[in-house]
Amino acid sequence: MKNLEDLEKKINSELTTKINNTEIKHNQIHIEVDKEDIIDVVVFLKTNQDTKFRQLVDITVVDYPEQNQRFEVVYLFLSHEFNQRLIVKYSIAENEVIPSLTSIFPSANWMEREVFDMYGVSFKDHPDLRRILTDYGFEGHPLRKDFPLTGHSEVRYSEDQKKVISEPVKLEQNYRNFDYESPWEGTKYIKEEIENNDKKN
Amino acid sequence: MTKKIKNLNLNFGPQHPAAHGVLRLILELDGEVVEKADPHIGLLHRGTEKLIENKTYMQAVPYFDRLDYVAPMNQEHAFALAVEKILKIDVPIRAQYIRVIFCEIGRILSHILNVTTQALDVGALTPSLWGFEERETLMTFYERASGSRLHANYFRPGGVHQDLPKGLEEDILKFCETFPNIINDLESLLTDNRIFKQRNVDIGVVTKEVALDYSFSGVMIRGSGVPWDLRKSQPYDCYESLEFKIPVGKNGDCYDRYLCRIEEMKESVSIIKQCLSKMEKGPIKSLDGKISPPPKAEIKQSMEALIHHFKLFTEGYRVPKDEIYTAVEAPKGEFGVYLISDGSSKPYKCKIRAPGFSHLQSMDYLIKGHMLADVPAVLGSLDIVFGEVDR
Repeated sequence: MKNLEDLEKKINSELTTKINNTEIKHNQIHIEVDKEDIIDVVVFLKTNQDTKFRQLVDITVVDYPEQNQRFEVVYLFLSHEFNQRLIVKYSIAENEVIPSLTSIFPSANWMEREVFDMYGVSFKDHPDLRRILTDYGFEGHPLRKDFPLTGHSEVRYSEDQKKVISEPVKLEQNYRNFDYESPWEGTKYIKEEIENNDKKN
Repeated sequence: MTKKIKNLNLNFGPQHPAAHGVLRLILELDGEVVEKADPHIGLLHRGTEKLIENKTYMQAVPYFDRLDYVAPMNQEHAFALAVEKILKIDVPIRAQYIRVIFCEIGRILSHILNVTTQALDVGALTPSLWGFEERETLMTFYERASGSRLHANYFRPGGVHQDLPKGLEEDILKFCETFPNIINDLESLLTDNRIFKQRNVDIGVVTKEVALDYSFSGVMIRGSGVPWDLRKSQPYDCYESLEFKIPVGKNGDCYDRYLCRIEEMKESVSIIKQCLSKMEKGPIKSLDGKISPPPKAEIKQSMEALIHHFKLFTEGYRVPKDEIYTAVEAPKGEFGVYLISDGSSKPYKCKIRAPGFSHLQSMDYLIKGHMLADVPAVLGSLDIVFGEVDR
């Protein structure tokens, strides 16, 4: 459907039980679903004549370490016929395994490998779940918020051993993250107070 | 007695001139026929997304130059548009024209490189010598506008860094007059060339269905007959007011993609000419002092400007909590930025959607059953640059 509001209504009426929330932001529909329903929802979006989201643009994860459901999985879709974009997402806990979309979209293969590599989220029924961007034998998942920017190990050529070796990172100076926020509005207790006042009002 | 023949595993790259960078392609060969291709990528992975999470919005821009380093400004454009949409700021019309001009220059830069190196991979040396001379001219335009030939860091959320220097507009116009002849020269070397056609026609055929399933975009999907171009379908900046055609292929093979690129370069020249004729004097970045830094002279006079300057280059500007996916039509395809802001001066997450990533993933599908000698032809027409694939 060409019209964004109609499309939202259509999706809501067809998939009532499977959709938790829909929202239109910046001319794109955002849909929240449950992990169990993702395959059904995606198959519907791809095959239905009024939606035709035939292309999976990207898969990614957002990390919110302070939440119980730590990872938010995000799927971006595109419909060429109706010139629409759609975002589907759901939250999962740290060690949850999620269904793979490779059987519906072959392009999900590398995207899911990247998610696995960067965030350590595992996919069920993925044909080839290996690391993709990081080095052979890399440990950890770099895009998690608790992974340090400088990493854990560095690689160099050792003249003694005549080979490339990996050793813990040694920095002359640690990475410094300055807090530039103005002390009048940036200090923690003032922020809390402002937030409390906002809630009261 | 029958002899058992084993398949041969061959490492193509990571140091191979036809791999267009650091691609390690593990090929399983049955005689000269490729049975399986397993691309190993990530040899140029620099953690761009992680770095951006730790920098302010203004500091994030130069990282985009280093993704697809043959068309740097197209990538900056995607990030600038994403931030502008969240901040809800308008870009002055002159800045929009300047940005479109340099995006199209980037497109020409990228397509010249791709077309000529593809020719080089299949045995034609001359096109690259002719083409690179033009790239050099274009890069001097980059240099005159931004001070740098490659890593321009010229676009800003809200406009561009500075106005074009005197005389640059005329020189770009002069280039637009002469460049179509160069394209014709290149075409006279390649388009009807028997060897070039033998190496490219019916090689790496992509059907419409496959192009959709494998998330293809840009020339890869247009070569297969889908008239999809984000500049037309989801126009950004001033593309709506410009007239241009979208070249579409028929067979979806390497040769059609080559033809699309050639035609796109001609369209780009016409877009640049239109922009130059429509451009008027005016501001080149957002006038909001909270987002664009003030001119140097003003800092010496105005207290307000001094404060803005200090805050912008220490803390940076804050972006309200929001999330957005913005895509632009980069020379290689749909280049997207999925940006999540949390109200601070640094992005909470910035996922970069690189077209080359999806294209390279189809390598196994495209090359299965082809000869070993077709590998460089297919790789060349996929238009892979490892800066963006590995990020």
